[in-house]
Amino acid sequence: MTEFATQTTTDGALHLILDGPMTIYNAGEIKEQLMSGLQTSSILEIDLSHVGEMDTAGFQLLVMAKRESMRRGHTLRIVAHSPAVREVIDFYNMDAFFGDPMVIPAEH
Amino acid sequence: MEEIYSVFAQEAREQLTAMEDGLLRMEQGDQDAETLNAIFRAAHTIKGASGVVEIHHVEKFTHILENLLDKLRNGEMQVSSDMITALLQGCDHIGALLDRVDQGYMDEDPAVAAAGEATAATLRAFTGGAATAEQAGMVEASVGTVERAGGDTAISDCWHISIRFGRDVLRMGMEPLAFLRYLLNLGEIVHLTTLSDAMPLAEDMDPEACYLGFEITLRSHATKEQIENVFAFCRDECDLYILPPNSKVGDYLNLIEHLPEENMRLGEILVKSGAITQEELDQGLRRQKAAAKIAEATEQPTPQLGDILVDKKMVQPEIVEAAAARQKQVQEKKTAEARLIRVQADKLDQLIDLVGELVIAGASANLLAQKSGQGSLVEATSVLSRLVENIRDSALQLRMVQIGETFNRFNRVVRDTSRELGKDIDLVISGAETELDKSVVEKIGDPLMHLVRNAMDHGIEPAEVREAKGKPVKGRLELNAYHDSGSIVIEVVDDGGGLKADKIQAKAIEKGIIQPGQTLSEQEIVNLIFEAGFSTMEKVSNLSGRGVGMDVVKRNIQALRGTVDVKTEVDVGSRFIIRLPLTLAIIDGFLTSVGDASYVIPLDSVVECLALQDDATRGHMLNLRGEVLPFIRLREFFDVEGAPPQRENVVVISAGGQKAGIVVDQLLGEFQTVIKPLGNLFKHLRGIGGSTILGSGEVALILDVQALTQLAGQAEERRASPPQRIGAAMLSERE
Repeated sequence: MTEFATQTTTDGALHLILDGPMTIYNAGEIKEQLMSGLQTSSILEIDLSHVGEMDTAGFQLLVMAKRESMRRGHTLRIVAHSPAVREVIDFYNMDAFFGDPMVIPAEH
Repeated sequence: MEEIYSVFAQEAREQLTAMEDGLLRMEQGDQDAETLNAIFRAAHTIKGASGVVEIHHVEKFTHILENLLDKLRNGEMQVSSDMITALLQGCDHIGALLDRVDQGYMDEDPAVAAAGEATAATLRAFTGGAATAEQAGMVEASVGTVERAGGDTAISDCWHISIRFGRDVLRMGMEPLAFLRYLLNLGEIVHLTTLSDAMPLAEDMDPEACYLGFEITLRSHATKEQIENVFAFCRDECDLYILPPNSKVGDYLNLIEHLPEENMRLGEILVKSGAITQEELDQGLRRQKAAAKIAEATEQPTPQLGDILVDKKMVQPEIVEAAAARQKQVQEKKTAEARLIRVQADKLDQLIDLVGELVIAGASANLLAQKSGQGSLVEATSVLSRLVENIRDSALQLRMVQIGETFNRFNRVVRDTSRELGKDIDLVISGAETELDKSVVEKIGDPLMHLVRNAMDHGIEPAEVREAKGKPVKGRLELNAYHDSGSIVIEVVDDGGGLKADKIQAKAIEKGIIQPGQTLSEQEIVNLIFEAGFSTMEKVSNLSGRGVGMDVVKRNIQALRGTVDVKTEVDVGSRFIIRLPLTLAIIDGFLTSVGDASYVIPLDSVVECLALQDDATRGHMLNLRGEVLPFIRLREFFDVEGAPPQRENVVVISAGGQKAGIVVDQLLGEFQTVIKPLGNLFKHLRGIGGSTILGSGEVALILDVQALTQLAGQAEERRASPPQRIGAAMLSERE
């Protein structure tokens, strides 16, 4: 199942690493993690480079987190995308909504 | 293999046949829109079905085919002969893919795939090459719509799809991504906007519910129905609005009105996705307000935006057409279903088996009744046996199929072969509705194919030769079928050069089939083409030289208890006549006995019966009213024990134009014979074709007349020296 790791960076941002799938099967758990992350710090950095699989439920959670953080006037950044995540966000044409730079690997 | 795949393959094949038929008709100048529609529908059905059973390579390939057909249907391209050739090749490829499915493989055969790529490339070249024509067509189309709708059409040439997924979609295991990605199979997603407005605040958000909606601009040639079908599984769980290309601005405004999100926001999305322009949007909204004012003034309820803007003209003709076509299709399918029942072939075989048993049991009852000598019992059993005969006939009728389907395959063969040969040949089919046993139909295909190819390759002359001879330049090939006294006759007729007896004779001598100086009738010479190792064509063309000669044709037909004859006239043409029994399961037999054993001779091969007179025989030859007849004593042939009776009988049989006598002890008369195949163990037994069960319960062997006449001839041949064929042997006997 998906594992979560958090660490606080020097500029006070909370760095949340998700390792595992982001799907409907663990959506509840991920929501809790994201919510607690949003409450902990005003700057939340999410590392999705280890997310092997993402479905619409997983994607929705990112949208929720982004919206919630904007509502609170906080900052949410997705600092690393796995190919699976990039593909979903790309398909849903939501790159602009998240506004995070996506690093496209050289081989693509 | 799972049943679903075999059903899929079978149904797809039917559609493929329909496609091929239509394509050939189109090539012959059929301009009917319905023909093209039928072809398109067939392709579409194959694609749909292959998608359902998840054989994606078939689906993918058919899609390419369908694209081209769609362009033709929309009048964006003109059909050409090359295009039909490519489409037919496409059909062939699908056929090859289906063969693979039939063999139980769900993946694509790499060898076939390579060939498919080439065909796909050809097909794509047609669609790609028509890009300019396509654009021109689109402009034309949009101009047309403007006229009809009165100048309020939006600029977009794309479909617009608005979908709001229901809350439970995700929980029900459906994945919006999958549906949307599937749209890519129909066309190109020009623009997609994800709407998450329905999502509540984070605290109230249910992580397993779906709050998303999408505005999609899709460039596609798909029909509205096709697009709807993409969402078929979640249709009840979502709100779906589809606007066709070139919809009126009003339709978009109407759509905005119906969607849950705020109007201005949706308007922006539509403008951004290129569906409508800002100006159109503003105008539409202004008009809506104006209408509201008028309504207020006249104190009538505010009309819906849609009521103002939607008017009958706005529905695109394509939508009506698609709906009508769909309705018709459903109707056609229903009536076809009502007329036909699909039955497993083995169930039918089982029925025939049972009827066979019934015939045997009936014969047994008849026998006992006659022995008992009770008049009323005899009467009852005779009524019974009449009914059994009726049942037998009806049961056999079930297995009867029309030969037309087999014949129609040759349309394609003739078309392709005549092109290959550079000859112009017409195929004329008659008697396509003639029925014969399914198992015969299946086996007659190959011999027919060979005869047809032969007629085209060797029979019909090249155009120049025909012109020089004063014949019509266009060659003519006929396939006829008709019933003739209990058998079915199939003819392959060409108006070619005919068979030249002198050439055949020379060749036969060269090949050592006959001896020089041997006198043969013209017909006998012509029949030599059916001898093994005979071919008159010096040049080995692509068509001949396939390792199959006329002797194989003859053997195949004889295996079906049929005969093949040829009638020919130089410069007028040749006629190959195949005569086949109606069915393979039950025959009328002639019962004879040798010692304690009974033998059945198929009645249609019996010419006459006579008593054997010792003074008329010489060796194994019999003088039949001056004619020399080789004969076989069954007693010797099968090593039956016991001494022959004083009076023996001869049954004169004829097979493949040869006559022979079979010497038996007793003639027992006609007998309804249910053919039971012999086991594998007896496969190599010569002279016996099968077995049957008599009314008394005893087993009788059915004689293989074909083999026996040959054996009679060969036995004589061995005795005669130097080795000669029957004809020669008979002649030497006469001298």
